[in-house]
Amino acid sequence: MDKLLEIKGLKQYFNEGKPNMVKAVDDVSFDIYKGETLGLVGESGCGKSTTGRTMIRLYDATDGQVLFNGENVHGKKSRKELMQFNRKMQMIFQDPYASLNPRMKVADIIAEGIDIHGLAKSKEERMKKVYELLETVGLNQEHASRYPHEFSGGQRQRLGIARALAVEPDFIIADEPISALDVSIQAQVVNLMKKLQKEKGLTYLFIAHDLSMVKYISDRIGVMYFGKLVELAPSDVLYKNPLHPYTKSLLSAIPLPDPDYERSRTRKVYSPDVHGYSADDVVEMREVAPGHYVYCSEKEMKKYQETYETAR
Amino acid sequence: MEKVLDVKDLHVSFDLHAGEVQAVRGVDFHLEKGETLAIVGESGSGKSVTTKALMRLIPNPPGRIKQGQILFDGRDLAHLSEREMEKIRGKEMSMIFQDPMTSLNPTMKIGKQIMEPLMKHQKLSKQEAHKRAAELLVLVGLQNPEMRMKQFPHQFSGGQRQRIVIAIALACNPKVLIADEPTTALDVTIQAQILELMKELQKKIDTAIIFITHDLGVVANVADRVAVMYGGQIVETGTVDEIFYDPRHPYTWGLLSSMPSPDTDHEAELRAIPGTPPDLINPPKGDAFALRSEYAMAIDFEQEPPLYKVSDTHFVKSWLLHEQAPHVEPPEIVKLQRRSMPGNYEKPVLAGEGVDNG
Repeated sequence: MDKLLEIKGLKQYFNEGKPNMVKAVDDVSFDIYKGETLGLVGESGCGKSTTGRTMIRLYDATDGQVLFNGENVHGKKSRKELMQFNRKMQMIFQDPYASLNPRMKVADIIAEGIDIHGLAKSKEERMKKVYELLETVGLNQEHASRYPHEFSGGQRQRLGIARALAVEPDFIIADEPISALDVSIQAQVVNLMKKLQKEKGLTYLFIAHDLSMVKYISDRIGVMYFGKLVELAPSDVLYKNPLHPYTKSLLSAIPLPDPDYERSRTRKVYSPDVHGYSADDVVEMREVAPGHYVYCSEKEMKKYQETYETAR
Repeated sequence: MEKVLDVKDLHVSFDLHAGEVQAVRGVDFHLEKGETLAIVGESGSGKSVTTKALMRLIPNPPGRIKQGQILFDGRDLAHLSEREMEKIRGKEMSMIFQDPMTSLNPTMKIGKQIMEPLMKHQKLSKQEAHKRAAELLVLVGLQNPEMRMKQFPHQFSGGQRQRIVIAIALACNPKVLIADEPTTALDVTIQAQILELMKELQKKIDTAIIFITHDLGVVANVADRVAVMYGGQIVETGTVDEIFYDPRHPYTWGLLSSMPSPDTDHEAELRAIPGTPPDLINPPKGDAFALRSEYAMAIDFEQEPPLYKVSDTHFVKSWLLHEQAPHVEPPEIVKLQRRSMPGNYEKPVLAGEGVDNG
C-alpha cells in the first residue's frame, strides 16, 4: 500500500523554554496509507487533537516532519504552494455550532473554499457545485440559502463535511466529528463518512474518545498517552490483543450496552510505574508483530511477543 | 418496594411565539427507594424537561406544568409554592448537570459552596458545616480537603469538579438524586470513576437516582430499570435486562442497533434511525415514531397506541404488540442479544385503567 502521509518524530511543545512548558506531542511517528482510516484515541489532554492540528499546519511543529505525498508540510512554502497543499488536506471540527460562521449563508460557507481556490469559472458553476455537495451529504438545494442556526446538530456536521469536500481533498482530519451528536445521529454521520470514503477514495484521520465508534470506522488505531503514541495496530488486533497496559486500561473502562457484561466487567487502572524502566532501558516504538507497534523496552517486547506465541 | 416518587400523567408545555411546544405529553413513572432509573432518548425527546419539571426548574413563562401530579412524600410537587419547593430542592431532591463548570460558581471558593446547603437546610453552624464539607470532599475522593476548600472551581479538573458537584448534591442525604448526563463531558476513564463513585455513595445513603443519558453502555452499567422516551412520551419501560435482552418497541430497537457492538463487522453499515425527532408544536397524530419507523402500520398514523404489559415490570407503547399485528423481526443486533425473560406473560396484555405503569 502507498503511504499518503509519513509523520516522523513530530514534536509540538507549547511555551517552550518557560517553566510552564507543555510537551503536547512528544516525538510521535506513524504513517497513514492511501484510502485508509486511522483512528487516534486517548483521554483529553493526551495530544491527539494537537497532533491533528499540527499535521495540517494550524500549529508550527517544534520539531519533526510531516510528509504529505513525500513533501514536508512544515517546510518553507510560497503562497502558491501553500494554497495547493491546503486544498489537499481538510479538517472537520468537533463542534458544528462553533465551526460555522453564523452570519454566512450555507451556500457561501460551502463555497468559500471554491472561491479561494478559483474552482468555479462562473456563478452558475459555483452554485451547481454547492447543490451537488449538499446532495452528497444528504441535504438539499433549498438549504443553500439558509443560515447555520436553522439546522440541527447532525445537519450542521453534514455542512462541515460538505465544506471540507468542496475543494476535493485527498485527506481529511476529523477531530471528534460525532462527539457532540446524539447516538442515532452519530450513526448517520459515520455512515455518510464511510460512504464518501468509498466513493471518493478519501483518507481519514479520525480523532475521538468514543472507542466503540472508532473501532467501527477505523482500519488501524493509534493510542496516545501524555503526548506519546503508546500503541498502534489494526483495529481488531488492538481490541483482541491490546499489549500496552494503558491501552488495556482504556479498553476496560468502556461500558458496553450489555447488562451481563457490565456486571462482570472490572476496570484496570494504569499507572506508569508498572513498567519499572531502569536508566539503561531504551524505550521506543517497537514492532512486536507485523503491523502491531508498542512503545516499550526490549524486555517488554519479548514479553509481548510471547503473548502472540501463546495465542497461536 | 417503597415508592419515593410517583409521577402521573405529567404534561409540560412551553408557550412560544410559534405556538405551544408540548415537550412532555403524558408521562407516568415511579421511582423506588434506592434504585437507579435510567431515562434514555435523543435530544428533544423530553427527558431533561421531565426531570426539570420534577425539580420545578422549568422557567415560567414560557414553560408550565400543564397537567399531572408529581407525588413525593405524600405531597404533590406540581402544586407547591416556590417557597415550599425551596425547602425540598437541594435537601430532599437534588440534581447534577452535564457541565460541572457551569453549575459551580466561579467566584466562590468551593468550601463555601459545599457549606451552603448544609447551613441552609440542615441548620448547621459554620464550624459544623466546615467539618462536614471536609468529610464530604474525602467521601467523593478528593485528598487534602482543608487546602482544597480554599480553592476556586477553575483550579480543579473536569472530573474533580464533577466530584465536587456530587458532594454538594449529596450533602443533605437527599432521597432522590437526578443526574442529567453527568458523565457525558468526561473521558471514559474518568467516567468510569464517577460512575463507581455514584454507585458506592448510593449504597451508603440509600438514595434513588434518576440517570439521564444517551449512552447505552452507561445505562447497562448503572440502571436497575430503564425508561425510553420519544417525542415527549415514555414508549417503553422495563428492568435493565428486559430493555437490553427483550426490547419490544421499534424505537428501542433503533437505539440499540445504531451503536456498533464490539463484534459489528467493519464493512456492515450502521442502522441509523432515519430522519429527525418530531415537531412538538404539532405532535404527529397516532404513534409519534411512525414517520421514522420501518415497522409502521396504517393504524400508527391514525391512533395513538395504548400501553401493553409484557411482564409485571415491562411496558410497551406500540401497536406491534396488538394480537392482530403482523409478526415482525427486530434488527440483527437486537436478535443477537435477545433471550426470553422469565417474568414474561404468555402474551402481552393491555395495561388497564388504574394499573400502575412502570
